[in-house]
Amino acid sequence: MSDFFFQLHPVIQGLIKGLAVIAVIFPIAGICSMAERKVSAWIQGRPGPNRAIPFWFAWVPVLGPFLQRLGIFHVMADGGKMLFKEDSLPGHVNKFYFILAPIVAMMPALTTVTAVPFGAYFDPAGRTIPLGLAPVDVGLLAVFAVSSLGVYSLILAGWASNSKYPFLGGVRASAQLISYELSLTLSVIPVFLWINAPGTEGTMSLARAVEFQSQPGFLGGTWFIFLMPVSALVFLISLFAETNRLPFDMAEGEADLVGGFHTEYGAFKWGLFFVAEYSHMLIGSGIFTLLFLGGWNPLPWLSLGQFAALLHVAHLPLAVGVLSIVIFLGKVLAMIFFFMWVRWTVPRFRYDQVMKLGWQKLLPLAIANLLFYAIAIAVIQK
Amino acid sequence: MAQFLFNLFAAFTLVCALGVVVNKNAVNAAMCLLLALVGVAGLFVALNAYLLAFLLLLVYAGAVVALFLFIIMLLDTKGEQRPGLKHASLVARLFAAALVGAGLLSFFARSRLPEPALGPASAAVGAELKLYAYQLFTTYLLPVQVIGFLLLAAMLGVIVISKKLDAAEDAP
Repeated sequence: MSDFFFQLHPVIQGLIKGLAVIAVIFPIAGICSMAERKVSAWIQGRPGPNRAIPFWFAWVPVLGPFLQRLGIFHVMADGGKMLFKEDSLPGHVNKFYFILAPIVAMMPALTTVTAVPFGAYFDPAGRTIPLGLAPVDVGLLAVFAVSSLGVYSLILAGWASNSKYPFLGGVRASAQLISYELSLTLSVIPVFLWINAPGTEGTMSLARAVEFQSQPGFLGGTWFIFLMPVSALVFLISLFAETNRLPFDMAEGEADLVGGFHTEYGAFKWGLFFVAEYSHMLIGSGIFTLLFLGGWNPLPWLSLGQFAALLHVAHLPLAVGVLSIVIFLGKVLAMIFFFMWVRWTVPRFRYDQVMKLGWQKLLPLAIANLLFYAIAIAVIQK
Repeated sequence: MAQFLFNLFAAFTLVCALGVVVNKNAVNAAMCLLLALVGVAGLFVALNAYLLAFLLLLVYAGAVVALFLFIIMLLDTKGEQRPGLKHASLVARLFAAALVGAGLLSFFARSRLPEPALGPASAAVGAELKLYAYQLFTTYLLPVQVIGFLLLAAMLGVIVISKKLDAAEDAP
């Protein structure tokens, strides 16, 4: 089976791998929308969606009602609704950009996945081989560069809709995303200053960051969230702003802008924006996990290698690979839960507060943090 | 394959760049500029300067063009009839065309790089983080500092112009 796969043309191999990852991301993004409703319901003390069920599944004794109360079938009903709704095109829009915007939203969201490693295994020589679509050496830079193109979907959607609420949403989005990109980029520099120790090849690889957090010893096994808490905090806040999540949902602003940039959208075009937002969250959480939460290491000071040795599977590449992916996905989903938790707990900011936080608090904090770590790392690694 | 990709991206960049100049709708022009930048990034990748390609995407495609669009949307420019040529602008255009022509001429006349020796190609400066940073802090230190200072001056100028000095609520 695996021999057959490796005999294929590299382009076809890449295509299959890419489709496989998309086939995982897309449903997770869909399920996240259901999880969002359930989590919000639990936080607000109500049951949430618990009615939809195919009539023949209701005959299954215990499992049927259980899944019904969990809202599993509601996801499918939602997805079906999105597909079969009439896809209307308002008369006053710029048609080309109106249709282009949801496509532009999906492209960076799915392209960034290529540069994110999501697991690892050990080859017979004992080296760690990261699992990912494209092991690009510029790693994080590629993710930042491509995901920064996502802002165009919001701007274009807002502009092409040719009405006031989407326009305001688009203008807000462009200002907000550019403002927080600065602190986002500055906050990760200490991490890469630390892992690019003198004498090593310069790299921005995310897998390298995880490798650095799985070294033996107390300092080597410390996750970067403990080593650089301020960096992690600034990164996390900027991530919320970059993914347009509450308390930073200025681009959508249900309270004051109806739906913001996607007010004029419906059916599957709206669904694409939705999936793109969750894909951005997934990838952002993935980056946070890789940089600050030890990637595929199960616990601080317990690396994947030690864990696999404990389970006596270290010599099986497949088992270690699956184990690492499960650990990584678990952490990412925990981060997603954190996103939802914050959304339904923290009240949203006003727009001037968002700008003030970004430029007057977060950016100076990120610069001070960078200076502190630059000096500290220079002293330690001398 | 690499040669084909280089030609493809070069043609793509040129067509998009032409679109920037020709388009009357400002949003279309900005989107063409974005595509042209992506094309240039593709050229960098074809030349093995991966780092430069992603830096270009991050800074110019990701932020600068987004700001252009932001301004275009705020000013809400429509594709209006252009006013007729004034004398001054005509002279300026001729001067600019002459400058570009002189630049191209000197490029074609002078820029004969020695044929690179075949064999293991030396890494491009824009390919590796370390090499790039080293060049930035040694060979190109002065230009980088000068440009940084220029940007600082421009930024201060914007603050001075946009700040209403007599407004009471702006006083610290």
